[in-house]
Amino acid sequence: MFLSGNEAFAHGVRLARPGVISAYPITPQTTVVEKLSEMVADGELESDFVHVESEHSALSCAIGASAAGARTFTATSSQGLLYMAECLPYAAGGRFPIVMMNANRSTALPWNIYGDQRDSMLLLDSGWIQAYAEDGQEALDLAVMAYRIAEDPRVSTPFMVNLDGFHLTHTYEIVDVPDRGSADSYLPPYETENRIDLENPRNLCFSAGPEFNTAFKEGEHRALLRTRDVVAEAEDGFLRAFGRGYPGLVDAYRCDDAEFVLVTLGSVSGLCRDVADELRSEGVRAGVLRIRYLRPFPSEEIVSVLKGATAAGVLEKDISFGHAGAVHTNVCSALFSGGVSIPVCNRIGGLGGANISRSDVRRVFADIARGERDVAFLQGGPA
Amino acid sequence: MTRDLSEQEFFLGHKACAGCGGSLAVRIALKALGERTVAVLPAGCMSAVGFNFPQLCFGNNAIISTFAGTASMMTGVLAGLRARGEEDFTVVGFAGDGGTADIGIQALSGAIDRNDDVIYICYDNEAYMNTGTQKSSLTPFGASTTTTPAGRVIRGNTSEKKDMFGIVAAHGIPYAATASVGYLDDYIRKVRTAASIRGTKYIHVLAPCPTGWGVGTDATVDYARRAVDCGLWPLAEFRDGEFSLSRDMTDPGALPEYVRSQRRFRHLTDADVEHIALARDRRWEQIRRDWTVPGA
Amino acid sequence: MNPTIRDGFPGWGPTGFPESTAYGAGFLTTDNAGWRERDPAIDLGRCIGCSRCYLYCPDGAVRMEGRRPEIDLRFCKGCGICVRICPKDAIAMEARQ
Repeated sequence: MFLSGNEAFAHGVRLARPGVISAYPITPQTTVVEKLSEMVADGELESDFVHVESEHSALSCAIGASAAGARTFTATSSQGLLYMAECLPYAAGGRFPIVMMNANRSTALPWNIYGDQRDSMLLLDSGWIQAYAEDGQEALDLAVMAYRIAEDPRVSTPFMVNLDGFHLTHTYEIVDVPDRGSADSYLPPYETENRIDLENPRNLCFSAGPEFNTAFKEGEHRALLRTRDVVAEAEDGFLRAFGRGYPGLVDAYRCDDAEFVLVTLGSVSGLCRDVADELRSEGVRAGVLRIRYLRPFPSEEIVSVLKGATAAGVLEKDISFGHAGAVHTNVCSALFSGGVSIPVCNRIGGLGGANISRSDVRRVFADIARGERDVAFLQGGPA
Repeated sequence: MTRDLSEQEFFLGHKACAGCGGSLAVRIALKALGERTVAVLPAGCMSAVGFNFPQLCFGNNAIISTFAGTASMMTGVLAGLRARGEEDFTVVGFAGDGGTADIGIQALSGAIDRNDDVIYICYDNEAYMNTGTQKSSLTPFGASTTTTPAGRVIRGNTSEKKDMFGIVAAHGIPYAATASVGYLDDYIRKVRTAASIRGTKYIHVLAPCPTGWGVGTDATVDYARRAVDCGLWPLAEFRDGEFSLSRDMTDPGALPEYVRSQRRFRHLTDADVEHIALARDRRWEQIRRDWTVPGA
Repeated sequence: MNPTIRDGFPGWGPTGFPESTAYGAGFLTTDNAGWRERDPAIDLGRCIGCSRCYLYCPDGAVRMEGRRPEIDLRFCKGCGICVRICPKDAIAMEARQ
């Protein structure tokens, strides 16, 4: 089917058949919830679509529904994600495997509706699994896999799938939509002990003082670490069920013998790979390491890919003001812990939808090759 | 069984202050609603005193919501249980005055707009008691709180108590009521009425806080009655678009004594007390004009 | 169900889901008897079994055995509401035993 990223994601959600969907509109998330409303209205998806009055209520409602034992979905973007922010660690601490699509969008001020990743990076520490899709097919597939991973009893952690605003959410591509039968067998109904039970009552979402708090928080952390194995199993199962494979937490392209590696994520990755091919044809040993999961963070994979490189750079669409991009910080921390000492520059691009051009990416590779270590901004310009 | 209440206790062992009106409101409502009730409580007194792991004081299913998210979580619980095929259950929320009239009013309005089949109970102790008695929009005029202290220039809270009952009714809600822990038979009847109606129900129950009001721990029920008797807290219902008074004001002359005997009001001047009485009189003029009044 | 005091904290597990914030309802590890400065005492000779003390107790510490109220001192905080609500003055607060 010829679908936008949002529409593809909506089809993935349809195949996952959540019992409750609660969402509030915000650009550029709107078309995913519009599509889902349409599916519910046409009877293609049997789900209770709750028209909440804010993003805070969207996630609060999803938490309530998940606590009742239902599979749930919500979607948001940017200011909406920040408005519901209080509920994110709440869902993670309660171990509710809610799946949320976030249409990555810039945060005010200045106001801007276009894509960058500052919204989700602000919530990196909220205890959610965070994945970043590159194209429509991966978006759809991640929607289905996200439930399988999040609901695994070893994980039981909410899952945020990020789609670059407009670049991915609104770009049309040919997408393969799996049939319902295979999706049903890949993703069994959600069952959990972590829920309201009318026959065997529970008290949920309680307080825990200093003597017990760490045990709960450490449990959250360990579950996110266990997610690494569960992602691999879910991808194996996906390959068997649908014939499409995924490479785990990172996607390394021509990195085996690469001297210069560009680390990035999301929809700009394709362009980066094109540039790496160009450079290879010019005799430069360039590679691209696309991070698919930021939480759990693929430290081992990054160390193993970059330990053979001469230099690396991180191209990302966010900045932690006064320091560097969040991805760069995480990558450098992994390298330091892994004993890899190479220069890693940080290029902040695509803010507020600014274009990242082929020549921008070539310049980033040139900076990497020069062994730059600084943080610099790509201002964007004509393609 | 007394008054057809469940013999079971569903809220026991909690760490509320001695004489807490809020805990009485929660306890009695749960006994009236029975064991297949799911209670949603936001951050606030009742969740703080009832859910400190491993001391879990609710005998029924109960869950803490975010402060702003009582009503939205109630909606989620309702939708989630239905999605699992459950039919025979009640979702009730217990939020304080701040959790209802301030931070939770948006989510409450949304739930009423969707007409979600839940019972929302506001236990009103007239300030943010859990955090140490700060002013909420349901704090009455003149009350001294830790954020509206009785100073040399400003004598306590300068704003009037927000009319939540009227605000909720203006949504066209199927059922709303005011109640008081001083008159439990009336409260129990209203909780039962709410349980018998489909759609969103709202009950606003006055629940004195001896700690915050500055009265004896044994005086909770007494003050909850006197507030009704002197006309400051009219007991009423809103159903099918009509307001009806449940109980007439029986002792209007007791207002000054009701006010002056509480520590939170002891700084008030005669003129301040007169202001409170005049506001009460204007309210009752409107009640007698617009509402169904028994015996009228 | 009535929340009940268990024999200490047995560790994780009643829900089979040790790391989540979900646990069996009504699980108590402590009582509130230590809060009380005075004990309520009921004069059953004066009591008419109206059950108001049972109804108005914020702590659910009064149980009705038929028409006879019994106070569970583990949960009584000594607030004195039952003393004031009793229409027959059948309850008094006494020095703690």
